[in-house]
Amino acid sequence: MATEATTQDVHGHRSLQHHFENMEQQREAGTLGMWVFLVTEIMFFGGMFLAYTLYRSAYPASFASASNHLDITLGALNTGVLILSSFTMAMAVYFTQVGKRRPQVLCLVVTLLLGLTFLGVKAVEYYDKYEDHLIPGRLIPGNPFNPAVQAEGQPVDPHKLHLLPGATVKQVELFFWIYFAMTGMHALHMIIGAGLLTFLIIFSLKGRFDPEYHSPVEVIGLYWHFVDIVWIFLFPLLYLLGRHLEHG
Amino acid sequence: MSEHIVSVRIYVTIFLVLLAGTGLTVLAAFQDFPWQLNTIVALTIAAVKATFVVLYFMHVRYSSRLIWVIVAAALFWMGILFALTFSDYLTRGWIRLNY
Repeated sequence: MATEATTQDVHGHRSLQHHFENMEQQREAGTLGMWVFLVTEIMFFGGMFLAYTLYRSAYPASFASASNHLDITLGALNTGVLILSSFTMAMAVYFTQVGKRRPQVLCLVVTLLLGLTFLGVKAVEYYDKYEDHLIPGRLIPGNPFNPAVQAEGQPVDPHKLHLLPGATVKQVELFFWIYFAMTGMHALHMIIGAGLLTFLIIFSLKGRFDPEYHSPVEVIGLYWHFVDIVWIFLFPLLYLLGRHLEHG
Repeated sequence: MSEHIVSVRIYVTIFLVLLAGTGLTVLAAFQDFPWQLNTIVALTIAAVKATFVVLYFMHVRYSSRLIWVIVAAALFWMGILFALTFSDYLTRGWIRLNY
């Protein structure tokens, strides 16, 4: 009996791993590890932001023309959806910390649904690009990059590319390589995030998390917010860069 | 437990700030500012939004110094990535060599 009591003291919580002194040390180690991973993610996306900055500074007119073809309403809607999902994720962490299981599960489910909404809207946007032959190179068999270009003086057609002075179709294609690389990699992170949320929901329903132990909710929350931050930069850089040139 | 629990009021405030920032950046994009100000305004708003997410949603404001160092390291290395690359690309053509 005495031995058991001692064991109970050392391993105070069923989720405490033996190589940690206590729950707090375990939690801080987990959070720190996640942040180190996020730094590698920042550098990973940083390389793509660098490529974007480089080519945009080289071909400003083409990048503005290509950007103006993107759907600003869907882009802004998705930004709102992602911000709301970040909020519900933060609330899920909060309800876990105060030990309220039901709202915790609810927040996780809403976060997952918002994430899926984002991906759905993204799919609609990608399909529009497919319809307008804006998928770069020959990625899609039988549908190479070949957009219709708006001629001067013709009625405005939203499915045609409107080239600003100095823009070329070849450089617009470069924008769409970068657009699909960046939004595609971001969408992949969202899909992984949706998988992680599903795991969180299952384990929350099983009652694995409590105010003492909730590192998985916390670190997956960090990941989710990071993906939100990437989009916070992608939205203005990809969708908004040439709008002010249209009225001129 | 020394863990800091961020209040619901702060989360709601940050959420509203982020939404307002999104609205503001869309509005600003349609104004024709001189020089490169459109890009600068857009990036400033994005950076402010990201800072709020990092500090409050990601709890960095209430985290240990070690986490602050990690976040700062990420920004520092991003700075190197951009500064060294553009010190090359932006200065090409400054010097004419007679090869």
